[in-house]
Amino acid sequence: MTLLPDATGHFGDFGGKFVPEALNAALAELASEFSRANEDPTFTTELRRLQRDYSGRPTPITVAENFSKLCGNARVLLKREDLNHTGAHKINNVLGQALLTKRMGKTRVIAETGAGQHGVATATAAALMGLECRVYMGEVDTKRQALNVARMQLLGAEVHAVAAGSRTLKDAMNEAMREWVSTVENTHYLIGTVAGPHPFPWMVRELQRIISTEARAQMIEDHGALPDHVAACVGGGSNALGMFADFIPDDSVQLWGYEAAGDGIETGRHAATISAGTMGVLHGARTYVLQNEDGQTIESHSISAGLDYPGVGPEHAWLAKSGRATYEGVTDAEAMQAFGELTRTEGIMPAIETAHALAGVKRLGLRLAEEQPDATPTILVCLSGRGDKDVSTAFEWFGMSGQPDKVVGGMA
Amino acid sequence: MSSMSSRFTDESRLGISGKVIAQCAAEGRAALIAYLPVGYPTVDQSLEAFRALSDGVGVDLVEIGIPYSDPVLDGLVIQHATTKALRRGVRTRDAFRAAQAVAESGCTPLVMTYWNLIEQYGPDEFARDFRAAGGAGVITPDLTPDEAEVWTAATDKHGLDRIFLVAPSSTDDRIASTMAACRGWVYATSVMGVTGTRTTTSSAAPIIADRAKAADHLLPVGIGLGVSNGDQAAEVATYADAVIVGSALLRCLDSDGADMPGDLEKLRALVDELAEGVRRGQA
Repeated sequence: MTLLPDATGHFGDFGGKFVPEALNAALAELASEFSRANEDPTFTTELRRLQRDYSGRPTPITVAENFSKLCGNARVLLKREDLNHTGAHKINNVLGQALLTKRMGKTRVIAETGAGQHGVATATAAALMGLECRVYMGEVDTKRQALNVARMQLLGAEVHAVAAGSRTLKDAMNEAMREWVSTVENTHYLIGTVAGPHPFPWMVRELQRIISTEARAQMIEDHGALPDHVAACVGGGSNALGMFADFIPDDSVQLWGYEAAGDGIETGRHAATISAGTMGVLHGARTYVLQNEDGQTIESHSISAGLDYPGVGPEHAWLAKSGRATYEGVTDAEAMQAFGELTRTEGIMPAIETAHALAGVKRLGLRLAEEQPDATPTILVCLSGRGDKDVSTAFEWFGMSGQPDKVVGGMA
Repeated sequence: MSSMSSRFTDESRLGISGKVIAQCAAEGRAALIAYLPVGYPTVDQSLEAFRALSDGVGVDLVEIGIPYSDPVLDGLVIQHATTKALRRGVRTRDAFRAAQAVAESGCTPLVMTYWNLIEQYGPDEFARDFRAAGGAGVITPDLTPDEAEVWTAATDKHGLDRIFLVAPSSTDDRIASTMAACRGWVYATSVMGVTGTRTTTSSAAPIIADRAKAADHLLPVGIGLGVSNGDQAAEVATYADAVIVGSALLRCLDSDGADMPGDLEKLRALVDELAEGVRRGQA
């Protein structure tokens, strides 16, 4: 497999750089600075130190013995990105880009966020490294995720609610891009996923690659072999690319991405960009997009704010088109069932984003059991984040009362 | 300015819209370029507004903006208008109706659009249909020459001008290569920022204009982002070949808070003031 992206940021037909000329110089600087930083031991050593001492890497692989029983004959293993500081894989990318920000002599970062996870991670790194931080968040999302707004503010970040367009993640990204055009001199736009113009899809993949670098070695050393299947949820797609990256050259390993099918792809209320989108340009890159005939972006829908995005990283579009990875939709209902199942069988409450991957893995395991009844495949899934942030969504979904099961003691 | 008319000696670089600017230069003044989005307040009312731009002395070139769901280079005034236009159902093809209206009123139509709308219409089909409607050229704020291979072929085939952007952050080499890829003129963004009126024009504006002229003296330079009145137009006209005005004109269409004013008098009055400004600006 050739090394992608090419020098101009293309993954086959996808990727590239569709941005106002005002940003071109900053993107070019970012690309060359990131290349140089990767070759510079001062940078890589500092990043490794932060990953170990601050974030808690390496993250372990947990064998999900009980959950596996729901997945046919498959043995399901979890790469525990939920055990990172701030509770998800997002910190891997943020620490790298924040270090790079300082290296470029910039003093300020801006970020977009949907549910608030990337915003919190960015605010965290900014607090650690003494950078000013502003986070753009759709107005709808600031209301849905008021606690995360408070978390960011406690960390010293300024949160701007975006009232334009659909008032969600894609509009937060537009607004961050608009601000960046005028503040690019002292500000780095810390994009949270493998989307956006070159070099972001490449840079964020490289910063998330550590997930698969660790996991591949752990599989060989601790479990004796490469997994047969590797799976992850896909919104913009950063945890999935981090999880896939080092396995892409392993032809024996099948790669699976699970997108949010919301109420079902047939209802039109979903975020399954690869399964149901068409090729277009959004947020600076050519990729699959949920759009109408004219090319106007269509609003996406998912119970998971982190997957609720009408585009997808261009490398995923390439992996799908080339056939190297397979992408399927998982509905809200399937994801919430898997959320409950992993929580009860393993005592691990996944983020609802992650629950999409778990539901997909379960479907895959059952299908494999039917197709090859004698095989006992190994499925490694990226447990990309923990579910504490999703308790209120689960509370509503499962129709919980909030009442204790029983009152004991007390005076008559 | 009058001495500059001799700069534009290579007609092949000027296309259709550059010739209009060169003609203004021959008259010893800068050209006036007006931007309005199609579909605001409604498609039919926007056609009236486009025609009104040619009333009186009028503007020299008209930029027809096509509303887009994710306009990363637009400030609030244009965002609000285009969001409403989209909600009211404006389509890409309405830009061709607007081009016809502009051409019929005796002015030269350009279109300004984010790239995805052209990509979905089909670059070749878009160039063909816009040219057929009387269109002269296309400004692409998020398409740079790096990604423009298909677009270059389509615009060459249908004889349409290609106007790319340069910015204060562009290197001299980058300005030169971008201008080499243009036909008609080059759009120089005078500030690092999105569209919108500003109380003072940027001190960076004359610098980017001079850098562009130094990089490629054969191509006219239009300056945009921030001009809102006749005095600013006069000032920009002293160093630019064309003065671009957008948000300030658009505000004339919703100045009472209601976005469907009964008449276009405010718009006509501002056009008169700006047209006087670019004529006053001659050195």
